Amino acid sequence: MPVQSPRNPLLILLALVAAMSLALVAVACGDDDSGGGATTLVVGALHVGSVKDNGYNQAMHEGLVDMQKNVKGIKLIEAENVPESADAERVMENMIQQGAKLIFPLSFGYLDPALNVAKKHPDVKFAHPAGFKNADNLATFWSDTTSMAYLTGIAAGKESKSGKLGWVIGFPIPNILTSINAFALGAQSVNPNATVQVIVDNAWVDPAKEAEAVNALVDSGVDVVTMIVDSPATVVQTAEKRGIKSIGFHCLCVKSVAGKGWITGIGFTWGPLFTKYAQDVINGTFKGENTIGSLEKGYAALADWGPNTNADTKKLVEQVKADLIAKKVVIFKGPILDNEGKVRVKEGEVADLGDLLGKTDYLVKGASGKIK
Amino acid sequence: MSTPFVQAVASGSIRSGTSVFYAALGEVIVERAGMVNLGLEGCMLTGACAGFIATAEFGSAYPALIVAALAGGLFNLVFGFLVVTRRANQLASGLTMGLLALGLTALAGNDYVGRKAEGLGHWEIPGLKSIPFAGDVFFQGDLLIFGVVPAAALVWWLLYRTRWGLHLRTVGESRTAAFAAGLNPSRIQYQALFAGGLFGGLGGAHLSLSVAGVWLEGMTSGKGFVAVALVIFASWHPVRALAGALLFGGAVAFQLQLQARGADISPFLLDTLPYLLTLGVLLVWGRRRQFQMPGGLSEVFEGTN
Repeated sequence: MPVQSPRNPLLILLALVAAMSLALVAVACGDDDSGGGATTLVVGALHVGSVKDNGYNQAMHEGLVDMQKNVKGIKLIEAENVPESADAERVMENMIQQGAKLIFPLSFGYLDPALNVAKKHPDVKFAHPAGFKNADNLATFWSDTTSMAYLTGIAAGKESKSGKLGWVIGFPIPNILTSINAFALGAQSVNPNATVQVIVDNAWVDPAKEAEAVNALVDSGVDVVTMIVDSPATVVQTAEKRGIKSIGFHCLCVKSVAGKGWITGIGFTWGPLFTKYAQDVINGTFKGENTIGSLEKGYAALADWGPNTNADTKKLVEQVKADLIAKKVVIFKGPILDNEGKVRVKEGEVADLGDLLGKTDYLVKGASGKIK
Repeated sequence: MSTPFVQAVASGSIRSGTSVFYAALGEVIVERAGMVNLGLEGCMLTGACAGFIATAEFGSAYPALIVAALAGGLFNLVFGFLVVTRRANQLASGLTMGLLALGLTALAGNDYVGRKAEGLGHWEIPGLKSIPFAGDVFFQGDLLIFGVVPAAALVWWLLYRTRWGLHLRTVGESRTAAFAAGLNPSRIQYQALFAGGLFGGLGGAHLSLSVAGVWLEGMTSGKGFVAVALVIFASWHPVRALAGALLFGGAVAFQLQLQARGADISPFLLDTLPYLLTLGVLLVWGRRRQFQMPGGLSEVFEGTN
């Protein structure tokens, strides 16, 4: 049969690419007007995933919505599913063209693109989560998830029957390892034999692998699981399916998809901080500083307790929380050994939290998992 | 309360391999008809997304499976319009369609991210379930897991024991010869694409409705491409595709089970295991493959179109 030559396959491909870009842009540019009143400030925000992920992005989004409620006349432009690449710069430039004077590039990988754009636009302010580089117009922020993880570790240690606890993480970066270590120390403070097993997923978002990681942990005898991946929903739901308990992360809202095995969770409460940034920009007092929340200052909270959490557990966690604030309990107080027996914090010394968050490359005794 | 390692890996292999198996099975039909659909990843995403939306709307995952399968079929028909009717380059069309589906499903599924849907139910076969080892591995799961063996058998029967299968394979060997024999190659290729798409959609639905229980954009994370590679490994045979999918699923489960038991191996190295294994098998089987490759595919790969 004579082969019919393609009349214009390129045109068809072009049309497809055009359709695809349109679809992406439509996802990326969900405008949200302040509704009534004069606009005092245009705020742009970039999310790496969907703001309804029951996780990291939703916690950020809820902070922005809170800010919009607290400061009159804010016009909020949010872009979802923005890749951590030069595309992020284009999205930021586009927001600036729309008048944005404050931009939240809300994923770790947006730091370099944001610094580039910040250099070009000194009049626009930026606030980046967990960044380790600042500029005059680029502030960084995070919360004290370390103390929170110590508290959830206590809850896990009390609620576990086997004493085997599991973590599913995207990547073994220092601030996550610090959370795991604090969690392990918390669990060991109530059950000296408690162990923590870490699985590295090698992805922030891969729900199928997250599910199989939880299955593997359960198969090895773990009966309480927690995670730091973008969307905790799959881990929490798989734990429920397998009949074990779970502790959430990122968003207080995770509880809404959890079942009877839910213990508690760590959730960010960014509203007050984002509100302060917006007010600072309006008042001209914005500074490119690093802000880290604390147990008393906030920016993170424990989620509501699950229906089957023991009263003892709840009481103990509240007690230790008060002790941490009063400095009666210090988490990283020596001697602290890593899981190879090496002394990491000497007897009588207390590790600097900033150092831990930036440099931790080990797991404490009782926690296992290869992280290199 | 821990499960023996071998049993845990075997169960995990089935859980992780099922979605890849359905996708590969669909691709076997497509490639047997002389086409390569590199957009399989998009076909799976379409099924995962449509299945999840339908489950959320209907309140049950079972009618949603039909929707997922049809969505996958529809996706492949669009691909068919490009490569069968318009004779556009298959590799470029497939890749582009895959990217298009990534964007479109992110858009269509955006309202369903974070929603909870009642996924496929977990079944156990009474009696057989209590057999040590085999009971836990083979006699529990969801509808799609139990459907794996019948699906492989069905496709084998369709391809090798029916007139339609003979025609389909003839078209796959040579459109010209099939045309000369009085067949309508385009119609058969459309049929093959639609049938393949049904399975691709089901493969995606297994991810969103059973394994993960959520919809998230891009949640197939490369499984469609693995399925395409597995089809070559399986030398275009439905039953060998099952073996390949279980091997891939087994490698995924193996590395996570090793991590869960504190193995002293880098997780980054372990994470490459399923892909290394796929590559290794392709290398070993590579020399034999020419004898089984549908003739029509050489046009696609070598551009002698």
